[in-house]
Amino acid sequence: MALNYTAEEIMQTIRMVQSENLDIRTITMGISLRDCAHEDMAVCCRKVYDKITRKAEKLVGTGEAISREYGIPIINKRIAVTPIAMVGESCIGGSFVDLAKALDKAAAATGVNFIGGFSALVHKGYTNGDRRLIEAIPEAMAVTERVCSSVNIGTTKAGINMDAVAQMGHIIKAAAELTKERDALGCAKLVVFCNVPEDNPFMAGAFHGIGEPETVINVGVSGPGVVLAAIRNHPEWDFSTLASIIKRTAFKITRMGELVGREAGKRLGVPFGIVDLSLAPTPDIGDSVADILEAMGLERVGGHGTTAALAMLNDAVKKGGAMASSHVGGLSGAFIPVSEDAGMIRAVTEGALSLDKLEAMTCVCSVGLDMFAVPGNTTAEVLSAIIADEAAIGMINKKTTAVRVIPVPGKTVGDQVEFGGLLGRAPIMALHTYDPGVFIGRGGRIPAPIHALTN
Amino acid sequence: METKRVIVTVIGKDRVGIIAAVAKTLSENQVNILDISQTILQEFFTMMMIADISQSNLGIQELQDILTELGQEIGMQIQAQHEDIFRFMHRI
Repeated sequence: MALNYTAEEIMQTIRMVQSENLDIRTITMGISLRDCAHEDMAVCCRKVYDKITRKAEKLVGTGEAISREYGIPIINKRIAVTPIAMVGESCIGGSFVDLAKALDKAAAATGVNFIGGFSALVHKGYTNGDRRLIEAIPEAMAVTERVCSSVNIGTTKAGINMDAVAQMGHIIKAAAELTKERDALGCAKLVVFCNVPEDNPFMAGAFHGIGEPETVINVGVSGPGVVLAAIRNHPEWDFSTLASIIKRTAFKITRMGELVGREAGKRLGVPFGIVDLSLAPTPDIGDSVADILEAMGLERVGGHGTTAALAMLNDAVKKGGAMASSHVGGLSGAFIPVSEDAGMIRAVTEGALSLDKLEAMTCVCSVGLDMFAVPGNTTAEVLSAIIADEAAIGMINKKTTAVRVIPVPGKTVGDQVEFGGLLGRAPIMALHTYDPGVFIGRGGRIPAPIHALTN
Repeated sequence: METKRVIVTVIGKDRVGIIAAVAKTLSENQVNILDISQTILQEFFTMMMIADISQSNLGIQELQDILTELGQEIGMQIQAQHEDIFRFMHRI
């Protein structure tokens, strides 16, 4: 029987894992909590806790066993649940913060590091549950460790709910204030979306969408270091060659996600949902999307040419990844979080990357303005205006965009905050301080664009 | 009969008796070596084996523990991985 693989192939796989930071970023189990609604908040919380701990009991252990047997690190095991605004909607009295605490407790009991789904979808308007959930977000983010929150305020089909945009500016400010002893860490767990995907495995935006099955396994891979190693030191390649190498590399990375997702689904007796093709950086040196853009030939990310480089990278990753997986979903594009990417941090610190350029970059990749810190005295109206701009990009371009902004109390441009771990560190970025108050205060909805009329 | 295949890789500085030591450990545990290949890659001795553990009392994880221990004894890095990781990555 032949050794079906060449030495180079075997060594390439081992090298990707050992020196190029190839890993499975997350196995995320989606769990429907639609059957946990109850009039009594305490009963609802108990049902939520019981269901999560029952369904996800073996998630972490299974992830660790797969990691070991295949020799591929699986960094995070996580849970995404039905948007809690729907689950808690029927509760008479009580605070939604109690539901956040129940999620936190269930996350700790199952051993996952994050649980997503303290969420509301309000792109067209609020239900009572949505309103109560959003009002509870600042406190929920302050009193829980592992709970992540997201609010969808716009879609291409529905337009942008500007009442929600205006409110989210205040909610973010309040979350920052309540967690100011921890450099506004609460805001790192809160994302505002336009066109939110319902099967995204990545935090902080993961939740279990309403069209999803009872339970599901979604997988996110992480391989910027592998792409970087593949294209570094080849200034002689033209763009066709470059795109081809990126595609091939993305294929290999995504196959790991496909393998792990299928295997995890099989062992847990849960359907395998999707692989998210995103290139997700970590603060580790060499695991940076910014470094890839610079390896493509830019002196610094943020300079002119960055948007074009990112557009090409993002497209090539999707083309390579799409063939590698039976079902692709989630966000699926290159991530450009500032604090979680050493190359992005460097570019901001050196003054090469401005918020305006970052916004332009979000037009051509997933997911949006992510994990960036701004001065603590930024007004709620300016935060809302940032959200509105980003949502407009998503709405018009029929793509997901998001804002995860951290206004750090007491900090200003030139300062830096350290979150540690995967969240990294964030230099405070300058922004425009002209007052958008009248615009944001108008209220109502920005109508859906003409190309929403596709039927 | 069903086979359960793992890829064993041994990497380190070349010396006498590497293959013998690994083969002995595998045979003691009823792990059948199906194929073997060795080469020098970037100055390192690199040996790859494809082995069937379906007749062994060990699962992959126990085999990994034994091989890691052996690797420490003989000063080599030894890994055992489920074959599928290579199949998925390199074969369409």
